Amino acid sequence: MAAAIEADQLSKRYRIGQMQAAYGTLRDSLSRLGARAVGREEKHEVEEIWALRDVSFSVREGEVLGVIGRNGAGKSTLLKILTRITTPTSGRAIIRGRVGSLLEVGTGFNPELTGRENVFLNGSILGMKRREIQRKLDEIVEFSGVEKFIDTPVKRYSSGMGVRLAFSVAAHLEPEIMLVDEVLAVGDAEFQQRCLGRMEDMSGAGRTVLFVSHNMQAINQLCDRAIWLEDGRVMEDGDPSDVVTHYLHSTWGSGARIAWPDDESAPGDDLTRLLSVRATDENGDTIDTIDVRRSAGVELRYRVLREGPPVFAKIKVHDRQGDIAFNAMDIAPHWEESSSPGVYSTTAWIPPNLLNEGTTSIDVALCTLRAPKLLQHAAWYDAVSFYVFDPGDGDSARGRFTGQLRGVVRPLLEWTTEPVDT
Amino acid sequence: MSTKLELPQHAPEHEAAEGHLEADRRTFVIKPARRWPHLDVRELWHYRELLFRLVWRDVVVRYKQTFLGVAWAILVPAMTATVYIVVFGRFAKFPHGNTPYPVLVVAGVVPMQYFAAAVGNSSSSLMANLALVTKVYFPRVLLPLGAVLVPIIDLLVALPVQITVMAIYGSWPNGDVVFAPLFIGLALVTALGIGFLLSTINVRWRDVPYMIPVFLQILPLVSGVMYSLNEIPEKWQWLFALNPMSTVIAGWRWAVLGEVAPHWGQAAVSVSVSALLFFGGLAVFRAFEPRFADTI
Repeated sequence: MAAAIEADQLSKRYRIGQMQAAYGTLRDSLSRLGARAVGREEKHEVEEIWALRDVSFSVREGEVLGVIGRNGAGKSTLLKILTRITTPTSGRAIIRGRVGSLLEVGTGFNPELTGRENVFLNGSILGMKRREIQRKLDEIVEFSGVEKFIDTPVKRYSSGMGVRLAFSVAAHLEPEIMLVDEVLAVGDAEFQQRCLGRMEDMSGAGRTVLFVSHNMQAINQLCDRAIWLEDGRVMEDGDPSDVVTHYLHSTWGSGARIAWPDDESAPGDDLTRLLSVRATDENGDTIDTIDVRRSAGVELRYRVLREGPPVFAKIKVHDRQGDIAFNAMDIAPHWEESSSPGVYSTTAWIPPNLLNEGTTSIDVALCTLRAPKLLQHAAWYDAVSFYVFDPGDGDSARGRFTGQLRGVVRPLLEWTTEPVDT
Repeated sequence: MSTKLELPQHAPEHEAAEGHLEADRRTFVIKPARRWPHLDVRELWHYRELLFRLVWRDVVVRYKQTFLGVAWAILVPAMTATVYIVVFGRFAKFPHGNTPYPVLVVAGVVPMQYFAAAVGNSSSSLMANLALVTKVYFPRVLLPLGAVLVPIIDLLVALPVQITVMAIYGSWPNGDVVFAPLFIGLALVTALGIGFLLSTINVRWRDVPYMIPVFLQILPLVSGVMYSLNEIPEKWQWLFALNPMSTVIAGWRWAVLGEVAPHWGQAAVSVSVSALLFFGGLAVFRAFEPRFADTI
């Protein structure tokens, strides 16, 4: 079977200098022209940027391909080329089938027109024929859930209603190839769920989908394959969970370990010094991402400089916004008497299925206890951070749900459900 | 009737509709923009419904947005004509040959009004549809093309003004009136050529919106809106013929009012200029089309 999309060494170059000139007035261009004529042209910098560089891949018919990468990695440029909004500088792509794009839902929606009129307008813009729109009108309106307001001008809609109607039109385009960019950021959680459902229906019906998203769960769950773009090039092309893991490693890799070269620079006092902190997995390997279903360890190394009260470690686990998940300290009874000089290593194990997805950051401290007070001898904020992700296999606390679950923690609870006789 | 009309065998309508869907399944190749501009007529045909929708949208939205709505299409030419008639007819006493001056002026204002609206609309068409240009693919030619079709509606609405004035002065068109649309066609092609050119320039330099009003204020003066071209020396007429609108107005007056026919040699000059504008504008438009989305 022929591939639905075959991209062969697609490249796209933007000239930054040109783009700036584009915003100038005619006068700027004329004066530049004049300067060039008398040979006094300042070497105006035309900086070239390759938004895409030799990008090749193919998507089989019926396959769902995820595209991930940082902002500016070339994802949007790729979609713009595949939807023919812009042309590549070199290379080519072959597309077999009708392309539907969710690049921007609601393109061409006019606030003065009614919902119904906008369905027809938007439908034609997306490439639907009048008959086709007429045939699907009821379905489109029902899916959007704005039946009551379908003959009201869109300017009186809430923004959510407008978006839902727009998405509904796009979702009924029934293209063979669907290009989706970040639509899941749109609308409320329930509607997002419906959209994901629609995407699943489409891929189930043998449609080819190219799905660009920052939602790693959705990529993992919905895609058969993923490619990772970095600086306009394909870094990796393969199984989504591998690609996502590698991508996350590269992006969040910086905060997994911290160490001080010598005792002098290390935080601490005359009793104890913090030497290093790192995040580990169950095997003791340093990690910057962790599957939500696995335990994560926070390992502290420290030196005790003299005999003294027992030194123990304390961690504070919080998310990026600074919301605290919990504080925890070493309560093992082994140094109740005193601590003796030497280097120690201690690891706090955060149980699986406890933290929510996202970046977790950990403050560490070395303390002694002078009841009821806690004395802090060394402390380091945001010593390590790692990214908790959920591959979405269904056995975590989110089950099959792919939307957002708020909270700093997200424990896997035991549920007992039984029928009740009434 | 002894001969029977042989009707061509048409496929049933629904099959024709399926045909469009079939055409959508085509394989297409995305590759760098061609060096030389070309126009894909088959593709334009494929997108004809979108063209209709864009025109429909502009008409509907305008009549919804304005308080007086459709009345503007009558008021604007009526007021312009009144000013011309009072200032140039009463005070300046412009020569008007055999035709009553008000009839002459109205027959100049109506096509000029169309042309002015068509040029203004099409020149801003790309910028006005920014969201579409940067988000969805379709032949961009549809935008200026749709923009020159929208004012046709206004022209049709304004026609009763001309008919009323003609009725008041007792003039009535003869058989030549069938040629009238030809001259509106000439105005359309000219406006479209200019629209191609200016909308392309407008994408890069936002000076165009400032230029157009000046251009449109001078144009009636050199197109014979408030006077008859026959009244000026013939050597100047040839110079005026470089302006296609002079032929449009002269031709319109000939077809509708039964005025003196345009000088066909001069008309040929006008048509050539118009064709030059059209093809030149189209070439420029198509050449820059692949970069619109990047430049805007």
